[in-house]
Amino acid sequence: MNAAVTNILLVGVGGQGILLASEILSEAFMLAGFDVKKSEIHGMSQRGGSVVSHVRFGKEVYSPVVPEGEGDVLFGFELLETYRYLSLLKPGATVVANDYKIAPPSVLLGQAAYPADLPGKIRARFPDFLLVDGQGLALQAGDVRAANTVMLGAVSKRLQIEPAVWQQALEKMVPKKALDINLKAFTMGREL
Amino acid sequence: MKEILSGNEAIARGAYEAGCLVASAYPGTPSTEILENVATYREINASWAPNEKVALEVAIGASFGGARALACMKHVGVNVAADPLFTASYTGVRGGLVLVAADDPEMHSSQDEQDSRNYARFAKVPMLEPADSAECLAFTRLAFDLSEQFDTPVMLRSCTRISHGKSVVELGERRTDLPAPKLVKDAPKLVMLPGNARVRHPLVEERSVKLSEYGDAAAINRMEIRSAEIGVICAGVTYQYVREALPEASVLKLGMVWPLPHNLIKEFSAKVKQLFVVEELDPFIEDQVKALGIACQGKGLTSLCGELSPGRIRTAFAKAGIIPAVAAETAAAEPVPSRPPNMCPGCPHRGLFYELNRANAYVTGDIGCYTLGFMPPLNAMDTCVCMGASISMGSGIVRALPPEEQQRVVAVIGDSTFLHTGLNSLMEMAWNKAPATVVILDNRITAMTGRQENPASGYTLSGEEAHEVNIPELCRALGVKHVRVVDPYDLEATRQALIEEMSRPEPSVIITNRPCCLIKGADRFEKGTILEVDQGKCTGCKACLRIGCPAIEWKPNPDGNKGKAFIDPQLCTGCTVCQQLCKFNAIGGRK
Repeated sequence: MNAAVTNILLVGVGGQGILLASEILSEAFMLAGFDVKKSEIHGMSQRGGSVVSHVRFGKEVYSPVVPEGEGDVLFGFELLETYRYLSLLKPGATVVANDYKIAPPSVLLGQAAYPADLPGKIRARFPDFLLVDGQGLALQAGDVRAANTVMLGAVSKRLQIEPAVWQQALEKMVPKKALDINLKAFTMGREL
Repeated sequence: MKEILSGNEAIARGAYEAGCLVASAYPGTPSTEILENVATYREINASWAPNEKVALEVAIGASFGGARALACMKHVGVNVAADPLFTASYTGVRGGLVLVAADDPEMHSSQDEQDSRNYARFAKVPMLEPADSAECLAFTRLAFDLSEQFDTPVMLRSCTRISHGKSVVELGERRTDLPAPKLVKDAPKLVMLPGNARVRHPLVEERSVKLSEYGDAAAINRMEIRSAEIGVICAGVTYQYVREALPEASVLKLGMVWPLPHNLIKEFSAKVKQLFVVEELDPFIEDQVKALGIACQGKGLTSLCGELSPGRIRTAFAKAGIIPAVAAETAAAEPVPSRPPNMCPGCPHRGLFYELNRANAYVTGDIGCYTLGFMPPLNAMDTCVCMGASISMGSGIVRALPPEEQQRVVAVIGDSTFLHTGLNSLMEMAWNKAPATVVILDNRITAMTGRQENPASGYTLSGEEAHEVNIPELCRALGVKHVRVVDPYDLEATRQALIEEMSRPEPSVIITNRPCCLIKGADRFEKGTILEVDQGKCTGCKACLRIGCPAIEWKPNPDGNKGKAFIDPQLCTGCTVCQQLCKFNAIGGRK
């Protein structure tokens, strides 16, 4: 409905650092001069539960929550969670997902299987799909904990913001001692 | 300067800019971060209270001393604080007094979804409802001004999407022109005995009329005239959804949701052909509009339960034929395994709930991370109603039961919840000799809301060292003769304690003494030796899976033979509970 607004969804498992990634995204959009809103749920869901964060930017944003079926970009930190939230997207949306699995309780207990070939199933519905080896590239950058920043770099190429603004947002949001590795991880993601 | 702030951060900033001097709260999602952010402003005396009633009374006291004061809580916290709220409405204030109530429609992290707007009407105090972070800041500032102007506490209503949503905010300066606090004797206003209260009550009623008139002209209530066909009255986050779902509709956006601006509503209704009220939860505005004799539609379209969203509003209006039908949504994905929240690896509650299940206990539960003990595979919680209820309900349930059933009743409560409202309950139980067993899960922190200090944790909100309430001595002082402390990582000791205390026909208390595994700090949680499963010794019996630890994964054998258990070394904290369950010595320290 609101064509001037871009809708981004960040999904994964509580504890994966999704909230920080969505803060960096929001900061970058504000620095680039957009109106920004973001929404997520704290509390219960942080205990290893499924987490979804909504980030919206444009000239003027009303709802902090992405309207159902209007997501433009899905930014998945875990494969099963990426697959779970596909229904929030509009047809033709972009999906960027970390090639990373965390078993949910029923799989840990041996009562269910982790669904097979999720990348194939995601690509079948959303051809604009990029699967990223976040952990592997982060290790190359110098710290496995920078996986989210690799992902952020990969997503950044699909959003109309200058690289300098991304750098400014990272400088503001990432602790100083981790900044170099994160800038490197961001560039590696962006070059994918 | 512009910043992106959450609603909670913006409310804290608003209190700072308004010149607030004292703030008090008890943590509760989604309100917790308000006080945590207030505490970053050194000009404000901010502290956690043991419960919401105390928090509001601290704020009322500061207001009577002449300071601007803030109290914050989640919606159910207002139930606890209702007693002082209703009478503070009669006394009015000296320094501005603001009470923030953060609702949780959809119950993302709550036990009910009560609509706090009813409290404003019930206690006859005005309520403001911001629609984004910029309004959180502006309305908090305004709330302090209105409080002094109209001599009333002012409620500010937030909700999960406002408190935990972020948007762009323009920051201002702190007010420094307020009069200094000082003691003033004013018994007719501040001593609420019948003779004085009878004088105050008519003033409260006059105040509501004046506030409604104020609302008719106030900038926070505004008409946005677009279509003459459809007009919508709405407030708070719902306004954002309405703008998104019905962009052509005219809107009366209310910033003050009680009392309502009667003349403005009449004026707006005359400008549109069809009038709607879109609001989450109760028909709070709708009922009052109808009582004014104005035809409107509201809950006939949207649900009494849960949150609204742009999609839900659009669907409701399309279903009623008011707007064109909505295009079909993207097809749903095939069903996949759910991912409910779980206790953390190394959580000290896990072993206790395993043993409660084994002991066939009937567990009256309480509010905290440990409420997750009801989930499989632990399945060890049978009731959960409200803060502190575990003990008093356990005390009540044993009175209804024959002796052999009485022994099964165990109340389970966390340290922070015990100090919140469990104390009175334990006092009752000891006094009236109810033969139930109480387990206090002392993990040294208020864990569920994100690890806030409490009166037994040894620190204040600002991190200063403080007196630690001695929980075992406190229980004894309340009259419980049998009080024992047990290590919940030691399953055998935990089992023995439960068996002995459950069979005792007297009140008894067991205190578990392991800190939350998420607390950082030298004197707190420490990791043990990380464990691994010896694949040669593992027989695939699945005993270790019965505790539901996220660090233990069952891997089926593709050849059709029995699978085996694996421990994720990144997640394991070395608590050893799984090791104690393994009869084949297959779990040991990682080499």
